[in-house]
Amino acid sequence: MTISIRSVDKRFGRYPALNDVSLEIADGELLALLGPSGSGKTTLLRTIAGLEFPDAGQVLFGGEDVTYASAAKRRVGFVFQQYALFKHMTVAKNVAFGLDVRKGREKPSKADITKRVDELLKLVELDGLGGRYPSQLSGGQRQRVALSRALAVSPSVLLLDEPFGALDATVRKSLRKELRRIHDATGVTTIFVTHDQEEAMGLADRVAILNAGAIEQVGTPDEVHDSPATAFVCGFVGDANRIEGLVAAGVFNGGGVKLPAKGVADGPACAFVRPYDLALGGANAFAATLQRVSVQGAVAHLDVTTSAGAAIEAVVARAEASNLSVGQPLKLSTAKAHIFPV
Amino acid sequence: MSRARHPTEDPLWAKVLITALVLGFLALVLLLPLAAVFVEAFRRGAGAVMGAVSNPDAIAAIKLTLLTAAIAVPFNAVFGLCASWAIAKHEFPGKSFLITLIDLPFSVSPVVAGLIYVLVFGMQGWFGEALIDHDIKIVFAVPGIILATVFVTFPFVARELIPLMQEQGTAEEEAAISMGASGLYTFWRVTAPNVRWGLLYGVLLCNARAMGEFGAVSVVSGHIRGLTNTMPLHVEILYNEYDFVGAFSVAALLCLLAVATLVLKGLLEIAQPAVRGRGH
Repeated sequence: MTISIRSVDKRFGRYPALNDVSLEIADGELLALLGPSGSGKTTLLRTIAGLEFPDAGQVLFGGEDVTYASAAKRRVGFVFQQYALFKHMTVAKNVAFGLDVRKGREKPSKADITKRVDELLKLVELDGLGGRYPSQLSGGQRQRVALSRALAVSPSVLLLDEPFGALDATVRKSLRKELRRIHDATGVTTIFVTHDQEEAMGLADRVAILNAGAIEQVGTPDEVHDSPATAFVCGFVGDANRIEGLVAAGVFNGGGVKLPAKGVADGPACAFVRPYDLALGGANAFAATLQRVSVQGAVAHLDVTTSAGAAIEAVVARAEASNLSVGQPLKLSTAKAHIFPV
Repeated sequence: MSRARHPTEDPLWAKVLITALVLGFLALVLLLPLAAVFVEAFRRGAGAVMGAVSNPDAIAAIKLTLLTAAIAVPFNAVFGLCASWAIAKHEFPGKSFLITLIDLPFSVSPVVAGLIYVLVFGMQGWFGEALIDHDIKIVFAVPGIILATVFVTFPFVARELIPLMQEQGTAEEEAAISMGASGLYTFWRVTAPNVRWGLLYGVLLCNARAMGEFGAVSVVSGHIRGLTNTMPLHVEILYNEYDFVGAFSVAALLCLLAVATLVLKGLLEIAQPAVRGRGH
């Protein structure tokens, strides 16, 4: 199911949560809505789900206008942040809920519901736990129940609100892979909200980055990382050193660093340099003093200060840092910097 | 050498002193009067107690008290459930006003509550003439007693359920609705089961108060023996007539009803650990 969001506005009282948001989601795509808290990403997800109605704009499912249609009519599967499992029902009853509520001809037979529940529990690797209550499950297991409950209605789109937020790092990692596997197995269009860029970049086909109720950039993980459209995206996705300065005649100058800034208008600007885009020596190098070295696996993190006192972090291969000592002068250069006027 | 005290533990003398203070206070103001009721009742033996309790006027009072509770409690349970659902799960203008209104019976003196009904439904009241014309008796009759009891016990269920429902949030309801459940289906299958223990707890408290209410009922009842006397009113009348054994016998029965309610509440808390620790 393709989904189109067209110029959607949403306010809560005087606080604008979404501001002229437009987004196209392709059929079968796995899309991440990434942004800091308060950026409007959950509001956007709930608007797609039909749990919030926009003040203006349109939501289309497969070309059909569903802007003011109920969540049930849209046939969405929604996985809530704290899972929202029905505490007083067994796992099997939870998963069957969306089928149990159907009426008349649409309602599957008891045997069919049982079969479907078993299938789904198998899909999320919870077979045999149908008789348990949510309180008897671990966090990761609850998440899987919530996922299979959302999938039970054969949704046109699967929506997940911070699906891994409440889990510890190891469970999070394995469930991430699981979600990818389930998405690939079912082919259902999937949108998830996260504030964790690693999660968004590692899992999604495309990432939409939100800030202050507006979409800053939509693209593949590589695109948003390598060619950030705005200063916000550059600072939010991946690590970056942020240097304040001035652009004059195509050259950025600030914090003791000079960088080529072709095509950037003259005036105050902000340069972003990723730590791993910095190299020791090279052409157009700037001078810095080494403050600290910390080795992490195959790489060494160098904390340096420039001649103007700006603190910069660089990441180099471990071997390159082996004969460096704290306090020594260095030359650093970069072939890649993102410069945005401010 | 004595074992080192746990870092956050109070010294022994403080624990003993505070515990003794609390227990002593409880014994003085709660246990002693309760014991006195039973001692006074049984002063002339069990026969006198049986006699006082099986007196026709006493039986009429017991029946009226049970009838009042049987009507007021279900009414307030249904109202409390509806009100707390509306308040906890929805946003609407005037919400804080409604919460204040629900608390009104707690903040108003029961005597005033009784007087309100006399003013509205009494002979000289707003609807007095209309009621006389249609031969409907509210004040100094059973309907007035039930109305006054409903008023006084109004907040118990709602007050118990509102914080519970607010704490539970609306995610489960949203989940149910997103899967196609109707509002009513969601209420019966999701909202109500989640608060069933809190509801029972509120109903028990409401019941205890409904049976024990004195002030408001006293104003609207008219104290007609065998007709409009509830148990608490009957106790007062007997006491004023210096029939101490009679008064304390009926009082003891009232105490037993209260104790039974509290035992039931205790059993509930054992059965449902989530309710524990949220006392009053």
